[in-house]
Amino acid sequence: MSRDVQRDVLLKGGRIVDPSQGMDTVGDVLLRGGLVESCGAVVAAPDGADVIDCAGLIVSPGFIDVHVHLREPGREDVETVATGAHAAVAGGFTGLCAMPNTKPVTDNQATVGFVKRRGEDAGYARVYPYGAISVSQKGDTLAEMGEMVAAGAVAFTDDGRPVESAHMMRTALEYARAFNVPVAEHCEDMSLARGGAMNEGVVSARLGLKGIPAEAEEIYVIRDILLARRTGGHIHLCHLSTKGSVELVRWGKERGINVTAEVCSHHISLTEDAVEGYNTNAKMNPPLRTAVDVQALQQGLADGTIDLLVTDHAPHHYDEKEREFADAPNGIVGLETALGVNCTYLLHRGVLSLAQMIDAMSCKPARVFHLPGGSLARGQVGDVTIFDPSRAWTVDASRFKSKGRNTPYGGHALTGQARITLVGGRVVYRATD
Amino acid sequence: MIGPLGKDLLGLAPLSAEQIRLVLDTAVPFREISERQIKKVPTLRGMTIVNLFFEASTRTRISFEFAEKRLSADTVNVAVAGSSVSKGETLVDTARNLEAMKIDMVVIRHPASGAAQFLAERIESNVINAGDGTNEHPTQGLLDLLTLRDRFGDLTGRRICIVGDVLHSRVARSNIWGLTKLGAEVAVCGPRSLLPNAIGEMGVTVFDRVEAAIEWADALNVLRLQLERMEAGYIPSLREYNRVFGITRARLERAPRDLCILHPGPMNRGVEIDSDVADGPHSVILHQVTNGVAVRMAVLYLLAGGKPELAEAAKKGAS
Repeated sequence: MSRDVQRDVLLKGGRIVDPSQGMDTVGDVLLRGGLVESCGAVVAAPDGADVIDCAGLIVSPGFIDVHVHLREPGREDVETVATGAHAAVAGGFTGLCAMPNTKPVTDNQATVGFVKRRGEDAGYARVYPYGAISVSQKGDTLAEMGEMVAAGAVAFTDDGRPVESAHMMRTALEYARAFNVPVAEHCEDMSLARGGAMNEGVVSARLGLKGIPAEAEEIYVIRDILLARRTGGHIHLCHLSTKGSVELVRWGKERGINVTAEVCSHHISLTEDAVEGYNTNAKMNPPLRTAVDVQALQQGLADGTIDLLVTDHAPHHYDEKEREFADAPNGIVGLETALGVNCTYLLHRGVLSLAQMIDAMSCKPARVFHLPGGSLARGQVGDVTIFDPSRAWTVDASRFKSKGRNTPYGGHALTGQARITLVGGRVVYRATD
Repeated sequence: MIGPLGKDLLGLAPLSAEQIRLVLDTAVPFREISERQIKKVPTLRGMTIVNLFFEASTRTRISFEFAEKRLSADTVNVAVAGSSVSKGETLVDTARNLEAMKIDMVVIRHPASGAAQFLAERIESNVINAGDGTNEHPTQGLLDLLTLRDRFGDLTGRRICIVGDVLHSRVARSNIWGLTKLGAEVAVCGPRSLLPNAIGEMGVTVFDRVEAAIEWADALNVLRLQLERMEAGYIPSLREYNRVFGITRARLERAPRDLCILHPGPMNRGVEIDSDVADGPHSVILHQVTNGVAVRMAVLYLLAGGKPELAEAAKKGAS
């Protein structure tokens, strides 16, 4: 798309909420050449501009989900970069970070480049590849981080499994400092968690399922915070699920340690009770926890201890979930339900203000991961999410753009939905109903 | 067909106290059939039952098979080695194939918790859970209840302690649900490494020491301690287990009352239970086995849509 043929877009009369500029005002946003030309002021439509009426809608800097599994390369039957990026824009996301636990593992410049190019070819959300910390995510040998950064990697993780060796994690944190990228951890002590299928507690005792204790996560949370203190590296903690983890992150931040953290939409909205009846669409790792944990995670978001909202979008083929609970794979799709869930459980219940929610879904992800966007200030990329926080809808998985149908929210009533998504000043999604 | 228990018997957790009593009451006349010279009634003639066992089991499978044959059902035993999908057909495919052969009931034993429910939700045939993972083993729970009722009559206020590896026991869960619903007081006793962390929240008392449990209880249900638990590091050794938690005659002699001793079998003599207890006057272990066939006949009959009063008639008609 060359700039001289791209038409101007005028987003007219919406409520612009952009925490990066401390803005909450009714006005216009003009996009020109893929960038923000003006934001806030009411302007006349330039000749030939596309004018989009945003009256009654929220105009926000585009959402960025830093935790997405796209399954390509390797499991294109389950999801591709293109279908995942399409699902993203349908959920209001203009950018996403793709996890490296693909087949083969995204642990080298060639695979990083492949994922990035697939994202560009698809032309939906911007796709930022993660690189693996260790070769094949085996935890033995540090992967070639420098080359991967040059090829487009924005962060590193062995997500799907923890970095078991504390020495390896220390080395990764030190080495990654040269490239100013976060090192992200999947916190799970496997000696405690192995074989576990759900949260360890009264429900697991009742259902006769092996539980995963909260401590399996928390032991790694504190280990990695201490390693970040030692190294000065940036540790980003993925998908935190327990009250104890929130308290430990708070401890680390109070001491000025370079730690950031994310929470998934399902962990702030559902509890372990969703597993009742051996519902494999409520099986994910880390597992759904208790109401006490949900409350602590919500509080952590509200006070800034938890930085980001993510989905951990993890599509699986339907017959992989059509299985005995203990044998079913972990993970649920989330890109097309996250905004509805976040509005329903955080915004409308008064946990977060609109500005706080947008901050956790857009501005902070851009800042923490050093990505374009997260702001509608003049000169920024023209990535915009236009949504209706009051729109009530019912989740129908058969309508997902994602190939994955594995959601625990099927049939749930949610309030809040993306209506129009723009990436680089172009409309890439428009709701049709 | 939908009988007074509903379509399936998946566990005792979903049953009401009335439904549990109905099974026990129905089992009593069926028990007498097994005592006759000709141990067969035509009650389930023409019905096809598949015993689908994904785990090795001798006692439970034979008990079901006797129950089915004494009610004149046609039975097929299917033993599937290993349940992992990597080894072959998925559970849902197995179920659909069976159903395509027009069967009436499936008795399933499976190493995964929830497998019986999974099957029941996907086929129209009646499903009987013969043990799913560490969830439930409802017919074992029912036969334990019948045995205790034979001994004590009403179970209200009776104190039953389950001793041993509760963490890995489906028998323990079915016992907890069934006994609680019938008004008994339930306790568990065993090494904490073999008790679920949140067991107290399930409404049971926890005893750390078996001496305290013996002093408290009217009956003990002694669970099998599997060798694998030692290998997985849950306990130091089988020898030590016997020394600390074993049900021995010496321990029972110090009890303030005569205890009733149950064991779901198969026993590890000299580990969780000593031979002189297993074979001694307190033991009702073989009575449990007899009751097992009767309870399973009652369950088959009730799931097939049988009315409780007809159990008596079926018995009379055949004699």
